[in-house]
Amino acid sequence: MEAILTQFFNVEIMVKALPLVLQGLGITLLICVVVIPLGLVGGLLAALAAVSRNRAVRWSAIALVDLFRAVPPLVLLIFIYAGLPFAGLSLSPFAAVAIGFFLNNSAYFAEIFRAGLLSVHKGQAEAARSTGLTQNQTLIHVVLPQATRNVLPDLMSNVVEVIKLTSLASVVSLGEMLHAAGLVRSLTYNASPLVLAAGIYLAMLWPLVRLISRFERRIAS
Amino acid sequence: MTQAAQEAVAPPTLVVRGLRKSFGSEEVLQGIDLTVARRELVFVLGPSGSGKSTMLRCCNRLEEPDAGEITLEGDPVTGPKVDVNQLRRRMGMVFQAFNLYPHLSALSNVTLALRKVRGLPRPEAEAMGLTALDRVGLKAKAASYPAHLSGGQQQRVAIARALALEPSVMLFDEPTSALDPELVGDVLAVMQDMKAQGMTMLVVSHEMKFARDAADRVIFMDAGRIVEQGTPEQIFETPHHERTQTFLARFSGRG
Amino acid sequence: MEAFLDTFFNGAVLARYAPSILQGVWVTVLLSVLIVVSGIVGGAALACLRAYRIRPLSALIVIYADMFRALPPLVLILLVFFGLPNLGILLSSSTVLYLILTLVLAAFAEEIVWAGITAVPKGQWEASRSTGLGFTQTLIWVILPQAVRLVIPPLTNRAIAITKMTALGMVIGVPDILGQATTAQSFSANASPLMLAAIAYVLLFLPLVIFSRWLETRFAAPGV
Repeated sequence: MEAILTQFFNVEIMVKALPLVLQGLGITLLICVVVIPLGLVGGLLAALAAVSRNRAVRWSAIALVDLFRAVPPLVLLIFIYAGLPFAGLSLSPFAAVAIGFFLNNSAYFAEIFRAGLLSVHKGQAEAARSTGLTQNQTLIHVVLPQATRNVLPDLMSNVVEVIKLTSLASVVSLGEMLHAAGLVRSLTYNASPLVLAAGIYLAMLWPLVRLISRFERRIAS
Repeated sequence: MTQAAQEAVAPPTLVVRGLRKSFGSEEVLQGIDLTVARRELVFVLGPSGSGKSTMLRCCNRLEEPDAGEITLEGDPVTGPKVDVNQLRRRMGMVFQAFNLYPHLSALSNVTLALRKVRGLPRPEAEAMGLTALDRVGLKAKAASYPAHLSGGQQQRVAIARALALEPSVMLFDEPTSALDPELVGDVLAVMQDMKAQGMTMLVVSHEMKFARDAADRVIFMDAGRIVEQGTPEQIFETPHHERTQTFLARFSGRG
Repeated sequence: MEAFLDTFFNGAVLARYAPSILQGVWVTVLLSVLIVVSGIVGGAALACLRAYRIRPLSALIVIYADMFRALPPLVLILLVFFGLPNLGILLSSSTVLYLILTLVLAAFAEEIVWAGITAVPKGQWEASRSTGLGFTQTLIWVILPQAVRLVIPPLTNRAIAITKMTALGMVIGVPDILGQATTAQSFSANASPLMLAAIAYVLLFLPLVIFSRWLETRFAAPGV
């Protein structure tokens, strides 16, 4: 018991680690702010392509989405960060993370948006067009709002996944929260900094996870 | 002893004494007394919200009674020491919404309780299941899944599911209310056939014609009480109570 | 073009490291299968326990499921891999990866299967209980089969997402596909092993992704 307290919940070490971990948290949030909007926009565009009436556009969008859903994000990240330099393309860790996560997140968000678009009844678009709205107006004012509302829990739960995913950036030495905590752990040979980071992740994500569960139950009933 | 003499001394199939049940502050059953004799078909009538379904559901304790006493062939149904699962096996129930298991074939719907409650080996259970399906005219549909059966067929499978357990009494909770009008006849025909074979039945329904043709006794319930009871002729031709009269007047021209 | 091929599809490097990456494929496959089986069985068992509605037990299950859904798996992996030895508990990197991903999948599976259990209509419980089946018998024979059928698409998606996380094992030295490839890459100073790894993942997971897409359209059909 004593050992668990000193090895995992060592307040002294946590206090020492706090400034660095908080600095890491700042970078974690920065990644989120860049990567989540990118993924949402990329996903929406890919989803629109995936429900296109043009067969070539539709199938190439679906193929790309499936390809990036099949590759583990860490593999993609390491390929971009450690593989591309051999081809003369060196990227900063942040750029590698942004590109890798953009490709990965867009694929997942695309799948969600696509389900949302397909869930909107065809009559909705027909009704809008019959009142003289253009195709784009119909999409923006009639179809997309309903599509988004129908898949809101899934979108939120993917946002949680993206926030969790930012921890992978530690592998390419981007100094986000997990990287910072890991650094202090390796200096102190004590796991408490990791527990501190875990605590911060929990504080950020637990409310979201609860909210999603409640949301899903309300939609199911 | 002759069979008739045996029946004379045997206790009535179902006895309900002083049954009370409240949901929140609303007392939906305010002291029900009811006896169903062996081979009798008792038909329960009444406006919606009168407590008919709740009374039925209390009989096999899908709803837990607040007060009162229920016995099945002399055995207590209520009380802490009762093995409710063994008792339920002896009381078949048919629901308004059929409630067939969608993931099981018609035959497996019928045999599940035979195997899991009565502990019969599969071949024996299936033989009994096929007999039960045959009684409701659906032996040919044994392998079909509920999604591929009409509403009337689903309800007949549900009846077979209850029948297969060889219950002492069958409880029917508005068995035809969820059916399209043209499918009602088949279900009522099966029920009439069961009556002819001597099944004891307690039926909550709005099918007046069936009540006239098949019921031994009709009970009229309103606001959690039994208001009036008698033979179908008495209730339908010369109802005494004012509430029975208004209720029947609204239903005349139907059923 | 030649430079591109030399960098990403270098024949000599590929020939040299293909065997070790193939070994990595077996590690990935084995870990994935073990994680999927134990994670889903564990999650379904927890969802069933929750059906008994014993308050303290349900609360514990919900807290567990929430925590393992909220925490990044890599945090848990590092915490256990680097933390437990300080308590004198030594686990191999593969064991740590298996344990954590199983716990994470079980947490998600519990929530998904529980949603399925609550989505089965009340009439199914009543019909089953009216024929004399007990609570546990009803849960096992009537409710659970329907619940699992309802949630096969989200369960499949989640299982695929978490088996892909076996790649995280590379960080603690699991000799899976990515682990073997990064080792090979640093020895060979060439990107071909990473390319080979990416291709191996696509070959492994693309069929599963396409399968889950097919499942979704199939199970979305009415009346199933």
